[in-house]
Amino acid sequence: MKALSHPNLISIRDLSAQEIELVFFTADHFKEVINRPIKKVPSLRDTTIANLFFESSTRTRLSFELAEKRLSADVVNFSASGSSVSKGETLIDTVRNILAMKVDMVVMRHPDAGACQFLTRHIDCPIVNAGDGAHEHPTQALLDAFSIREKMGSVQGKRVAIFGDILHSRVALSNIFCLKALGAEVMLCGPATLMPRGIEELGVGVTNKVREALEWCDVANVLRIQLERQQTRYFPSLREYTREFGINRKVLDEIKKEIVIMHPGPINRGVELSSDVADSGRSIILQQVENGVAIRMAVLYLLATRPQLIE
Amino acid sequence: MSTESRVIVQPTHLTLILQRLSEELLERHPGFHNTVLIGLQPRGVFFLNRLTTVLQARISGLSGEMAVVGDASDAGLNGDAHVNMPAQGALDVTFYRDDFRHRTEPLSAHATQLPFSLEGKKVVLVDDVLFTGRTIRAGLDALLDFGRPNRVELMVLVSRRFRQEFPIHPDYYGIEVNTHDDERVRVCWDEPDGAQITLIKSNG
Repeated sequence: MKALSHPNLISIRDLSAQEIELVFFTADHFKEVINRPIKKVPSLRDTTIANLFFESSTRTRLSFELAEKRLSADVVNFSASGSSVSKGETLIDTVRNILAMKVDMVVMRHPDAGACQFLTRHIDCPIVNAGDGAHEHPTQALLDAFSIREKMGSVQGKRVAIFGDILHSRVALSNIFCLKALGAEVMLCGPATLMPRGIEELGVGVTNKVREALEWCDVANVLRIQLERQQTRYFPSLREYTREFGINRKVLDEIKKEIVIMHPGPINRGVELSSDVADSGRSIILQQVENGVAIRMAVLYLLATRPQLIE
Repeated sequence: MSTESRVIVQPTHLTLILQRLSEELLERHPGFHNTVLIGLQPRGVFFLNRLTTVLQARISGLSGEMAVVGDASDAGLNGDAHVNMPAQGALDVTFYRDDFRHRTEPLSAHATQLPFSLEGKKVVLVDDVLFTGRTIRAGLDALLDFGRPNRVELMVLVSRRFRQEFPIHPDYYGIEVNTHDDERVRVCWDEPDGAQITLIKSNG
């Protein structure tokens, strides 16, 4: 396995287990590159990449931009606020106009699920999904699995519990697909109101007891409560959520084993995760951020250099 | 498409070549004081590993000779008796190549290991076969991202003539061969009776 079979990365399901391994293997080398005194390589110096962010983002956007710059690509940034989108331009028109300026690849975040998939039918260049609504966030899942592999040696056979707002989380869905493809066991834990109906069909365990999930797992991936996506109230109050589902030092001390703590950010400190746990030695939250740049370099590199691109 | 292959350097001959290249290195890098040897991944590293074994044996022999001479201060090379093994590294040039879009098979990367600073060093880049010079061009770019060496030299085992696309020529080479574009030169390090060099010709 030396090349990706799909021209885009929209969903983790575009990738086979071997292709995920190829991304990891390539990211290993890029991780070495970004730890050099000169942190860049000239691979994509002939490629222009547009970052289209129709929804706000700090980490993902910076991470993609750094990844692009460290591959020597030319980068243009676009954010929906202050653009012609507010004047009523459609998505296809916006993207076609940007591509007319000779852009070779698109990285897109959009508040609507399926926006990237929709775009692939209308434009002819590689698209990387940087998060589409509550659907998927494939590079986040890749960097999460890569961080587990780095911390624990492999992903195969590991037990990963995902805590929190599963219903609104694109990270949860991509993580389930990625971890299952790599042979890990997955359990979801959250309030019943934030658990999508029928999610067990994906071959994952479901519980609403934090203690049970923690005792079962090797890795706890704690998600943020996405208040901005919640139009109705799914639980009585944040305080009550924290009391029932928040992960803190006391809960972790009660179970007799060391669990690796992950969080895709941004953290609501003191809501889903207490500060003493987030900043402790068992948290790999900042390693996830570092690995994010290497993973995104690998994805962009592999998509831009697919041999099928030869004229 | 059928291929025919012909051994152009026998194992015994290759051993002699490795010995000669070690001698040339010793001669031009007195004491190896500031010298590092860097193999290009992947096959230059196989060559460098073999060369290192020969060089190591030669250097142990050298310290033996000096012990016989007695006073180490006026023996040896250029008045300095002490010969250290030069440090070795491995450099991967995949991300520096200019031809990945022209290939049908994608390239896969290998590890870069340069556990030393290149600042002010004399670097000998080591690769097995020099053909168009594009790998070495990429190697020079990759190398300069790690610091500013004082001097860079090139050692190849096989120098293929007539197809050099860049003004790049080896400072040390094992053999020169005249080849056509449809031929390949392969150095096989794990043959049963020792390493050998094979010329492979595609017919049709």
